[in-house]
Amino acid sequence: MSGLVKALRSRLPGRGLVIGAPYLWLAIFFLVPFLLVLKISFADSDTTIPPYTPLFTMGDDSALQITLHLDNFIRLFSDDPIYLLSYLSSLRNAAVTTVFCLLLGYPMAYAIARAQPSLRPVLLMLIVLPFWTSFLIRIYAWIGILKDNGLLNNFLIWIGMIDEPLNILNTQTAVYIGMVYAYLPFMVLPLYATLEKLDVSLLEAAMDLGARPLRAFWAVTLPLSLPGIVAGSLLVFIPAVGEFIIPTLLGGADTLTISTQLWSEFFANRDWPMASAVTVVMVALLVVPLMLLQRAQARAAEGAAS
Amino acid sequence: MDGFVRGRWFLPVALIFGLIFLYGPIASLVVYSFNESKLVTVWSGFSVKWYGELAHNDQILNAAWLSLQVAVASATGALVIGTIAGYVLSRFTSFRGRTLFAGMVTAPLVMPEIITGISMLLMFVGLEQAIGWPPGRGVLTIIMAHITFTLSFVAVIVQSRLAGMDVSVEEAAMDLGARPVQVFFLITLPLMAPALVAGWLLAFSLSLDDLVITAFVSGPGSTTLPLVIFSKVRLGLSPEINALATVIVTVVSMGVFAAALYQYKRSKTLG
Repeated sequence: MSGLVKALRSRLPGRGLVIGAPYLWLAIFFLVPFLLVLKISFADSDTTIPPYTPLFTMGDDSALQITLHLDNFIRLFSDDPIYLLSYLSSLRNAAVTTVFCLLLGYPMAYAIARAQPSLRPVLLMLIVLPFWTSFLIRIYAWIGILKDNGLLNNFLIWIGMIDEPLNILNTQTAVYIGMVYAYLPFMVLPLYATLEKLDVSLLEAAMDLGARPLRAFWAVTLPLSLPGIVAGSLLVFIPAVGEFIIPTLLGGADTLTISTQLWSEFFANRDWPMASAVTVVMVALLVVPLMLLQRAQARAAEGAAS
Repeated sequence: MDGFVRGRWFLPVALIFGLIFLYGPIASLVVYSFNESKLVTVWSGFSVKWYGELAHNDQILNAAWLSLQVAVASATGALVIGTIAGYVLSRFTSFRGRTLFAGMVTAPLVMPEIITGISMLLMFVGLEQAIGWPPGRGVLTIIMAHITFTLSFVAVIVQSRLAGMDVSVEEAAMDLGARPVQVFFLITLPLMAPALVAGWLLAFSLSLDDLVITAFVSGPGSTTLPLVIFSKVRLGLSPEINALATVIVTVVSMGVFAAALYQYKRSKTLG
């Protein structure tokens, strides 16, 4: 490895160009846009095109004037409780989704890791495959299952468990079901990656020393799979906080999320500065989980290299 | 071996339950696409009439055609930039700003789309104001946005392929006097081929499926398929969408099956 790295360092003439091209693209289209959002969150909404006031203006004495409007953030945190409630509700949705994905995904990942080696690639492919079909259409499928005269209610009435259809669609329950369904593969894959590498001899040693299977699991397997648990939880939690399609299609009047709030602020009210302020706070909430994820991935890459 | 957790039955049962949970909804879409009734979930008889309706729905067909074009362009762009990014991450272990670069590559993988969408729109609006380009929102801005969020997936696939690859072949070529550019195009790139195919396909399918980012950066006359589907399913069930879903599922399954077959044959010929 080091020989190649050294050779590349000394002999590749366009090294700067090779690094620079993707760097520049990501800077322009990913990093700078965030700074723009931050800037516009301090503007005031206006009827001009684009619909916000400029931050920097030239005064009469041609001095640069900077006008910062803090109104958006004040509105976010004190005037209107809907935003604060939406943030809390989105965080709760993401947390509940993460826990249920873990409870369901862990045994699945463990089962794949303990399956016959020849079966494992097939099982893994079955976990990944739904990811390739349209997300939107997979969520749409749940409308037909959960609605009052849908598949689930028809089935439960048919087996005699209930007499009246359960009202699930357009409730918080439906949102949880949809979120766990959509994000489950993101939990299973990193869990499988750590469980597959688990040294079985450690478990055998624990059992030889008299530990019963459940105790061996708690004392050996679970702690050793912690990196997978952390990575999987972050991969579920971070996008789940900003999930928009699932609450829109499956949620109802009691579903409050920050992304639907942001969507209506932007498209219905056309208040771009307010929508930007909502975005800025959402990014701020995700900074710590994002940094944790990057650290976890860097550690996993080191582990793979050594 | 398989008795570590609560007997032998718990893990397989959990796995089967999970797979039913993942595939049940997709199966229900396919089954009900052949339902004659407009009420989708109330079975009234076998029929393929919704496929006929779908074949005559110009709105859906036009949107699908546009989405395919956008996805091909985006996946190709993402493949070029993402491959370079993955190569840089894997082979250039230290350069100034590497942490920021690694962060910018991995963040779009998990960043909620709504955040990426709004920030990219503000960027395009700002650019147009400043330099007059891109002119308005449309296909061009959708493609640029899609390249940006899908290139990360390509980069990660390429990076992990390079990490697991034996570098001795590349080193040998260099020792024999090949220039780094020659080594890259003659040795590294062919060795990465499976990762490049996987990366392109993943970028293609992500672009084809994207709703949230597209909703922000699209303009009049650039209505992609997910935008049409979303506006329809917001109003409730639609048998045409079931038929469309079945077409998509069929195409994807065939693609995956072909890819698996190719990999299997390749692994056999390579021994």
